[in-house]
Amino acid sequence: MKILVPVKRVIDYNVRPRVKPDGSGVDLANVKMSMNPFDEIAVEEAIRLREKGAATEIVAVSIGPAKAQETLRTALAMGADRAILVQCDDEVEPLAVAKILKGVVEEEQPGMVLMGKQAIDDDSNQTGQMLAALLGRPQGTFASKVEIEGDHVSVTREVDGGLETVRLAMPAVVTADLRLNEPRYASLPNIMKAKSKPLANKTPADYGVDTTPRLRVTHVGEPPVRQAGQKVGSVDELVEKLKALGVA
Amino acid sequence: MKTLVLVEHDNAVVKDATLATVTAAAKLGEVHLLVAGKGCRAVADAAAKIAGVGKVHLADDGAYEHQLAENVAPLVAGLMEHHDAFLAPATTTGKNIAPRVAALLDVMQVSEIIAVEGERTFKRPIYAGNAIATVESTDPKLVITVRGTAFDKAAAEGGSGSIEEVSGPGDAGLSSFVSLDAEASERPELTSARVIVSGGRALKDGETFQQLIIPLADKLNAAVGASRAAVDAGYVPNDYQVGQTGKIVAPEVYIAVGISGAIQHLAGMKDSKVIVAINKDEDAPIFQVADIGLVADLFQAVPELTAKL
Ligand SMILES: Cc1cc2nc3c(=O)[nH]c(=O)nc-3n(C[C@H](O)[C@H](O)[C@H](O)COP(=O)(O)OP(=O)(O)OC[C@H]3O[C@@H](n4cnc5c(N)ncnc54)[C@H](O)[C@@H]3O)c2cc1C
Ligand SMILES: Nc1ncnc2c1ncn2[C@@H]1O[C@H](COP(=O)(O)O)[C@@H](O)[C@H]1O
Repeated sequence: MKILVPVKRVIDYNVRPRVKPDGSGVDLANVKMSMNPFDEIAVEEAIRLREKGAATEIVAVSIGPAKAQETLRTALAMGADRAILVQCDDEVEPLAVAKILKGVVEEEQPGMVLMGKQAIDDDSNQTGQMLAALLGRPQGTFASKVEIEGDHVSVTREVDGGLETVRLAMPAVVTADLRLNEPRYASLPNIMKAKSKPLANKTPADYGVDTTPRLRVTHVGEPPVRQAGQKVGSVDELVEKLKALGVA
Repeated sequence: MKTLVLVEHDNAVVKDATLATVTAAAKLGEVHLLVAGKGCRAVADAAAKIAGVGKVHLADDGAYEHQLAENVAPLVAGLMEHHDAFLAPATTTGKNIAPRVAALLDVMQVSEIIAVEGERTFKRPIYAGNAIATVESTDPKLVITVRGTAFDKAAAEGGSGSIEEVSGPGDAGLSSFVSLDAEASERPELTSARVIVSGGRALKDGETFQQLIIPLADKLNAAVGASRAAVDAGYVPNDYQVGQTGKIVAPEVYIAVGISGAIQHLAGMKDSKVIVAINKDEDAPIFQVADIGLVADLFQAVPELTAKL
């Protein structure tokens, strides 16, 4: 079985994003960029499925600027076999990403698409669900456990009430939550090896997808800032404060 | 504008998250509801009483019992022929179903809105809440998820909606529900509690978490939350997690115990009215947002606090 893993290049999760003073967006100039953390988890899970013998080939795909190649090289260094860059210099919305991914799926015919549940820049949490809908295939979102059972996959999902397990017919789209696994670091030899793994270049037009945005971002501003309050010197003082708030 | 709101329920009662979503929908126009489930007539009856609600669409079918997105999304997409906007609470159920609906309608979803600025203009947090985007949809239909803490709850009583039974395509035959592993709890729910006590990695292990955090929460009649580190380490189940990828909460008082205050954690609780932090490191980032801070070793401070309350 082939697994397709979409990975997005985003601001590194340790960086505190700064809003541009003119309200046009978040300042990404000279900011450290990395693979979206949920996508790293998806790549790791795909590799583990291959190590268990459940998968034979892992194809990483990214939709983004030329620099997204770096993200794909990271996926290759972790263990993906080959990569596809669908180059697009403007930001692409989840719906258009899902349409491009649908094109890739039709070409590659994977048994599973394993992706992140959420990109930490737009926090949309929708691409996987959209892709599943466009393909007419089932979705296992917010996965914390993935088990292949013949032509089905059993997915344990992190839901508000606890853990839900669903059984999906394959091909299926699975989106990774944080506790699915702990991604490995790429070793130096593997980083070197990744440089010679195949990376194909495509464009949205190759898949016949129009990437014109549907949402117009008219302003990006700072959230209301919280001021630090006071420190209390003792537990007794804290008790007084809680009583004053009427909760104790 | 005619809106359709997904009712969050467990086939028995309407969940609170629905009420904030109704408030957001009412800012756009007429509010219709969808109750999709099995044996859920009581839910529809209760939903019809929510203030301001017009029609309640009731789809009662085995295929909808567990709200599988593969089955519910086509049902919603069909109903959207007669509605202009679909709104779902930004819960794990809503987030699972709504984007699938959006794709079927060929529209972009507006995720997790925190304000309605106009008929097609909304505010939503991006970058873990470090920026707020104002977005305008150019799509013919709207699909929206609503952050519950950002809108007042509509009154659960006082409405007199009518109930109309509807049927959809039923079971898509793609997926099936296997099990739900849920912990029954007498405590207030995290997303609607007045007070929350949350514990972090510093709590050491599950037993210590139980010994220190639970008695304090009991004294305050509080819900119990946790940081991702505490959940990852297995102190408490996953549904306790507060943050960018856990629950978004905004109680009157949020007490963070042994939590450093990473941006991903702050994303889930910084709209709380009053934040209290107990941490032994006076430079911990949590103190930059805390209204009341206590620099102390929690292993001494928490038992003392619990005893004195
Ligand atoms: C994509 C992504 C999403 C994430 N989503 C979330 C999320 O939803 N929610 C979340 O919480 N995190 C999330 N995280 C993780 C987040 O970055 C932090 O790692 C996590 O919040 C840290 O948890 P903590 O504060 O309990 O642990 P730590 O950062 O280890 O902090 C422990 C704190 O306890 C204090 N301490 C230690 N001993 C004592 C003592 N005896 N008495 C008093 N204080 C003590 C220390 O001073 C320290 O400040 C996410 C990370 C990523 C990459
Ligand atoms: N531009 C992109 N390229 C590749 N994968 C993407 C892209 N955008 C989103 N994804 C995938 O979709 C997931 C959810 O993203 P989102 O819906 O934007 O929160 C991410 O974790 C990625 O796996």
